Amino acid sequence: MKKYKGIKYFYSILILVFLYAPIVTLMVLSFNQSKSRSHWGGFTFEWYTTLLESSALMNAFKNTMIIALLSAFIATIFGTLACLGMNFMRKRSRAMIMGMTNIPMLNADIVTGISLMLLFIACRATMGGATVLLAHITFNIPYVILSVMPRFRQINRSIYEAALDLGATPVYAFRKVVFPDILPGIISGFTMAVTMSLDDFIITHFTKGPGFDTLSTKIYSEVKKGIKPEIYALSTIMFTVVLLLLVLVNAKPWASRHKNGGVRR
Amino acid sequence: MSNKTKLFAAPYCIWGAGFIIIPLIIILIYGFSDTEGHFTFINIYSIFSHVNLKALLLSMLLSVASTFLCLLIAYPLASVLAEYGRDKSPLLALLFILPMWMNSLLRTIAWQNLLEKTGLINAILLFFHLPEMMIINTPWAIILGMVYDFLPFMILPIYNILCKIDIEYKNAARDLGANGWQTFWRITWPMSLPGVLSGITMVFVPSLTTFVISDILGGGKILLIGNVIEQLFTQDNDRNAGAGLSVVMMLFIVISTMITEKYDREGSV
Amino acid sequence: MKKLIVMMLLLSLSFTLSGCGSEINADSPNALLVYNWGEYLDYDILDEFTEETGIEIIYDEYETNEIMYPKIESGAADYDLVCPSDYMIQKMIQNDLLQEMDYSKIPNISNIGKSYFESSEEFDPGNRYSLPYCWGTVGILYNRTMVDDPVDSWDILWNEKYKNNILMQDSVRDAYCVALKKLGYSCNSTDHDELEAATELLKEQKHLVQAYVVDQVRDKMIGNEAAIGVIYSGEAIYTQNENPDLEYVVPKEGTNLWIDSWVIPKSAKHVENAYKFLDFLCRAEIAKKNFDYITYSTPNEAARELIEDEEIRNSPIAFPDLSQYNNLETYDYLGDTADKYMNRLWREVKSY
Repeated sequence: MKKYKGIKYFYSILILVFLYAPIVTLMVLSFNQSKSRSHWGGFTFEWYTTLLESSALMNAFKNTMIIALLSAFIATIFGTLACLGMNFMRKRSRAMIMGMTNIPMLNADIVTGISLMLLFIACRATMGGATVLLAHITFNIPYVILSVMPRFRQINRSIYEAALDLGATPVYAFRKVVFPDILPGIISGFTMAVTMSLDDFIITHFTKGPGFDTLSTKIYSEVKKGIKPEIYALSTIMFTVVLLLLVLVNAKPWASRHKNGGVRR
Repeated sequence: MSNKTKLFAAPYCIWGAGFIIIPLIIILIYGFSDTEGHFTFINIYSIFSHVNLKALLLSMLLSVASTFLCLLIAYPLASVLAEYGRDKSPLLALLFILPMWMNSLLRTIAWQNLLEKTGLINAILLFFHLPEMMIINTPWAIILGMVYDFLPFMILPIYNILCKIDIEYKNAARDLGANGWQTFWRITWPMSLPGVLSGITMVFVPSLTTFVISDILGGGKILLIGNVIEQLFTQDNDRNAGAGLSVVMMLFIVISTMITEKYDREGSV
Repeated sequence: MKKLIVMMLLLSLSFTLSGCGSEINADSPNALLVYNWGEYLDYDILDEFTEETGIEIIYDEYETNEIMYPKIESGAADYDLVCPSDYMIQKMIQNDLLQEMDYSKIPNISNIGKSYFESSEEFDPGNRYSLPYCWGTVGILYNRTMVDDPVDSWDILWNEKYKNNILMQDSVRDAYCVALKKLGYSCNSTDHDELEAATELLKEQKHLVQAYVVDQVRDKMIGNEAAIGVIYSGEAIYTQNENPDLEYVVPKEGTNLWIDSWVIPKSAKHVENAYKFLDFLCRAEIAKKNFDYITYSTPNEAARELIEDEEIRNSPIAFPDLSQYNNLETYDYLGDTADKYMNRLWREVKSY
């Protein structure tokens, strides 16, 4: 198996370059004094300060965070409750709900976005932050369900019933027996929902209204007007933050896994 | 207890009916009616008009090409990563899917920057007195954008499944006299098929339906089916025609999912 | 783990609360929702207005008239002020989307030249719905260092020499105006043969075109990305300041003369605030400041008097003497059927 090691290294590095070259370019350009994309006009932090002063971009950033966290939070509650309920359902009705859950997952974003837009127009709803939030919750719930559901299947129901027999109230038994088992699923569902919501452009594009922009839609309209270096600064900050977060989140379980001798499950 | 617990699913069922099922019905209603509200097939038939058919075929061509390229690039990479991932850490794999957390629009814009006439790649080529590369605003740039944007979607499922394949199977095959190729074709490939198939759907559907990549890297010169639908809604204000084409698009997604599921079932038997 | 959940909760809550605290609410009586073209107003003016009146402005931008229209028509967005072009105003009036303006609430309207109201009659008979904001022509911007042929005609856009160096407008009416004018037809033609011929011409041109764009023409021309671009006259002064090699030309075959005017949609909820803002914009100093930023020709004659730089005040680009051109045409609204037909042809060009 250790054959062709050189080729394997070379190939992996080639792909890494392909994946990171554009991102690195954006980062370098964010420090470029000249507005031109092809020549270096000297090092500057100017675009970072103008970025922080730009209320439009900062507002969009705030909206993005609010929508992502709030929609993921609500979706997590709805999704987890749905999984709990489905567990006690007959196979047919459960399959029906799962079928409905699969629709936004499989469907094209553009169709989901348009269908929600048509719904809001039909309801005479004024588009804005609220409609975007509703749309994000809608496409986030399936991600939660799909990561929580498998956890429920692994639960041994007899332990829960044993707890009831021993006099625990259902709520207490749920909290002490079931909940700890499904928690990893809930957390990964929440994280996935946040990620999907942060990255979404298409659905937001169709459901947003006056004065409401998320980063994605803001970036899109900036591109249409001609890219400004502030956008490069913004992408640098975003990427660095994500990088740091991932390192923080991953460093811990990785370390503990090694402590446990590399086997967890 | 169990009867009451079922009710916990009620909020989601109501939500799903309101925000998943009803919107789809609305699309169907718009798609099958004219501006006066009469039943018609004209919006569905409009896919056969010269422009729409060409856009659809081009979308198919570009998405098939980019899906194939993604698979070609991702499979070897995923097997290299799985080989290392088994005895080292998943952090290496994380490195390859990390770009996914960068806003997808920004990643596409990055390529616009690199590829433009006065962009970085041409500046470098010019510096070495090489001929300029003009692929921006051509289908090639769009394929490049699709491959770049969706490659992690292909790497991840294949990597996951390859990690799970027990190395003992391969060793057994080898012990029984199979050479490298035979082991791959008889053992590894069939076993990794579910990962490959889910990778294919995860790349194919978004690239078939995108309008953003073609918008940013196509310079308005290339019309994909996604662009046609988007423009029908946002510029022509023709919701019926747009909904009709959306219905056709959904049909294509259903068909492609059914095909991959069929293979999935055959593969797992 | 519990801590983590509590943290997540707190985080989402704090974001929501901070959001509610500072965000402008579109329903508040102290708001004004403005929908304007991209880069078409000095953003400082918005802040100045808020400072003076306490009215918070929610400001959105669109790329073309065609993108703006469905948003208003669908009723999904209740903008108080929109700034469409002539033909689109005509369409909106016909489709009953606008409300009549009470000019008595805009005292500074006297700064606007009479002649602009006269020409507005064409799309707004009796001057009931609109207030002129900017005007100009559609023309060619070219880079002198990259083009060595004389540029005085639309023909240059079909010159093989400039393959991949041409930027066309990605807006139906402007693109067809170029082709129709080159053929010697009216840019309000609804004749199928004429439109068909224009479509063929645009298809023929497509392999020469680098990209179909709208607002990006200006940055791409400044950055030497292309040699020739179709652009609005208002961008000429700005782009020349940024890149002195650029030159704006009105082709001899004639072109489109346009006026963009403010209108108040029927669905507007802050009409009084809209009047206040319009009056503010019509103030000579404000209009002049705005002109300095956007460099589009202003119908505000008092503002023009305030321009210190004589060269700009009498610039034939910013304030052309229209009598020197003989083929200037204003777009008319062509009706729903013709609109759809043209859109279909344009998409044929784009997918060719």
